[in-house]
Amino acid sequence: MENEYKLLGGAMVTLALATATLVVVPYVQLSSVQPADGLKPYTSAQLRGRDQYIKNGCVYCHTQQPRAQAQAPDFKRGWGRAPVAADYFYDKPHLLGTMRTGPDLLNIGARQPSIDWQLGHLYQPRAYTPGSIMPSYRFLFDVKDKADAGEKVVNLPPSYAPVGQVVVARPEALDLVEYLLALDRTYPVKAPAARAE
Amino acid sequence: MNTTTVLLLTFILSVTGLFVFVWSLRKHLFDDNPAAARVIFSEGEIGRVEEPAATAAQHQALQSAMSVLQGKEAGSTDRAGEARLQAELAQRIVADRSTAYVTFVFLACAVGWLIFASSAGLISSIKLHEPEFLADYAWLTFGRIRTLHLNAVAYGWAPMAAFGIAIWTLPRLLKTELIGGRFAILGAMLWNAALIAGLGSIAAGLNDGLEWLEIPWQIDILFVIGGALIGLPLVFTLQNRRVEHLYVSIWYMGAALFWFPILFLIGNIPGLHFGVEQATMNWWFGHNVLGLFYTPIALASVYYFLPKIIGRPIQSYNLSLLGFWALAFFYGQVGGHHLVGGPVPGWLITLSIVQSIMMIVPVLAFSVNQHLTMRHHFKTLIYSPTLRFIVLGGMMYTLSSVQGSFEALRSINTVTHFTHFTVAHAHLGLYGFFSLVMFGAIYFVMPRVMSWEWPYPRLIALHFWLVVCGFAVYFIGLSIGGWLQGIAMLDASVPFMDSVRVTIPYLEARSIGGGLMTLGHIVFAFHFMSMALRYGRKRVGPALFHKPVERLVPEGGAAVVKA
Repeated sequence: MENEYKLLGGAMVTLALATATLVVVPYVQLSSVQPADGLKPYTSAQLRGRDQYIKNGCVYCHTQQPRAQAQAPDFKRGWGRAPVAADYFYDKPHLLGTMRTGPDLLNIGARQPSIDWQLGHLYQPRAYTPGSIMPSYRFLFDVKDKADAGEKVVNLPPSYAPVGQVVVARPEALDLVEYLLALDRTYPVKAPAARAE
Repeated sequence: MNTTTVLLLTFILSVTGLFVFVWSLRKHLFDDNPAAARVIFSEGEIGRVEEPAATAAQHQALQSAMSVLQGKEAGSTDRAGEARLQAELAQRIVADRSTAYVTFVFLACAVGWLIFASSAGLISSIKLHEPEFLADYAWLTFGRIRTLHLNAVAYGWAPMAAFGIAIWTLPRLLKTELIGGRFAILGAMLWNAALIAGLGSIAAGLNDGLEWLEIPWQIDILFVIGGALIGLPLVFTLQNRRVEHLYVSIWYMGAALFWFPILFLIGNIPGLHFGVEQATMNWWFGHNVLGLFYTPIALASVYYFLPKIIGRPIQSYNLSLLGFWALAFFYGQVGGHHLVGGPVPGWLITLSIVQSIMMIVPVLAFSVNQHLTMRHHFKTLIYSPTLRFIVLGGMMYTLSSVQGSFEALRSINTVTHFTHFTVAHAHLGLYGFFSLVMFGAIYFVMPRVMSWEWPYPRLIALHFWLVVCGFAVYFIGLSIGGWLQGIAMLDASVPFMDSVRVTIPYLEARSIGGGLMTLGHIVFAFHFMSMALRYGRKRVGPALFHKPVERLVPEGGAAVVKA
């Protein structure tokens, strides 16, 4: 080819097609989606926690998209039903994830509603799940001789607690747990099968 | 819309695409002249090898390996032809000189980012089987250091190498000098400043939250300005070209350099994307950065350097053009396969799966072409260090793309999605293919840029074997581990933790492989630096550039490439 304009024109057409199919049409199709009936907007503490989730890259090991029962046993593992677009109405940015080094978390709040478990698990995952390869988020906690008034002390299994000291959760850890507990899409939605079409 | 309709529509669309291609052939929109494949050679140059990274002995062996088969073809020209050849070579030297400084800046940055990215990658890898390793620092937590690794590769090593090679190659292909190189230097400075700021933000925890698009959009503005400045000289140079026909490498590079800014802009517009739609956009971007930026640049490099080194035009020029349009058409739409089984419209996933499978067309076009060009000449790999990287990289392209096509199928995706298998696949593409080709290209380009030979040829071989062995361990280990992980996850009677435990030995293997690769990169960076500081033997100077080989290597005579 001798003409660079034709070349670039062709190249732009193919990219426009790709953009139309993967960005523009989904935009149009999904812009009318309303929040699911059981879905509540995030509180500001939960949103701060969501920021912690993003900051520390939880999304690189945890998905938030259980697969349909026809495809995988995610439901049997207690990860929840297959979600629909309406479940993600308040999610900006989306945190669907692509990796399951750890389990799916879309319904972790329903599966593990204990604040103490969540905090302790963030501090030392191996205290609760032997063999876990999740990082310890010790930098979200303080270790002190004595907790001050109003501070949340983390109840750790005795062998994992620092001797003679207490572990208290920093606000970041508390926010993160707020968010994790808010992850609960166990309410019913209409015909999850409809999304396949 | 049901699946059958979508399938039918996609089929019709794809076939229409092919008809357009056939039509354009009939209209001679493609230069149907095999001479087009020869435009990268000057008169009488076909049959003469060019391998700046080879030692004199290697060069001689390389030439004789090629001459055995096509001795008669090897550039015997008359006096007038010789004069024209010399004029063209002089022109090429002018082109090379105009790009030398700019190319050096880009490649030096690329090497720097390569070392940073490999270290970050290695730390992340170790953390996956030693979770307490460096766990006390927020910026070193897995979620951040892994992201630093990805971004340093995606916006540091890969584009810096790609720009450097494109800036060096395009003026040569257009037979003119680089115009406005200063803009590119300024662009490189802005780009690197943006990357440092972006990585700093990620380390500090400021992050847009989308995979591949983590760098805060405020910083992205700097990338856009930097990228535009880097693109300017290429546009100027294109306008100033002295060739009629645009060689296929120009297609790939030119298109890639226009595609990327559009992807980057749309992907980073703040506040536009929402919920699940953002996920489709995310993977439209994520996959197209690979498919419409890195891949075409590396393919362009293969299409230029491979024929250059062995002194033989590519076998089927039209096949390379078919490959281009098929890639442009199909690759753009494959991103949805990252969301198979996700809460996105079903038609979109089906479309992406179909186009993923259709990607076999451009990949075969390339692979067949590379194989036919290299056929009977594989012996040259022994003598040419550059060619080894490039040909192996090309083979990895075939492997990774075919693997990717099949991974998109629902049946296979159900196992491999969400596992380390995907990570291994991603590295096969970006490392096995792209990075190896870039290594080869850098080995070819740098002696021309510096007018200096690689000081320690053995280090090239060491680099090659370290990264190839390291990567083999990495890829094979992680693929097996990822597959087992996926199988374990699909069995509801197996506790989830078992799908973690089963991967541990393979994750350890990955760290070993990654360690070897990093070591290889350190060797490479050391060699690069030694060359920049002009250690080692001195080249006689530009006078020796491209001198016809017969004169450099008299019959049966000792090597005189080096003085």
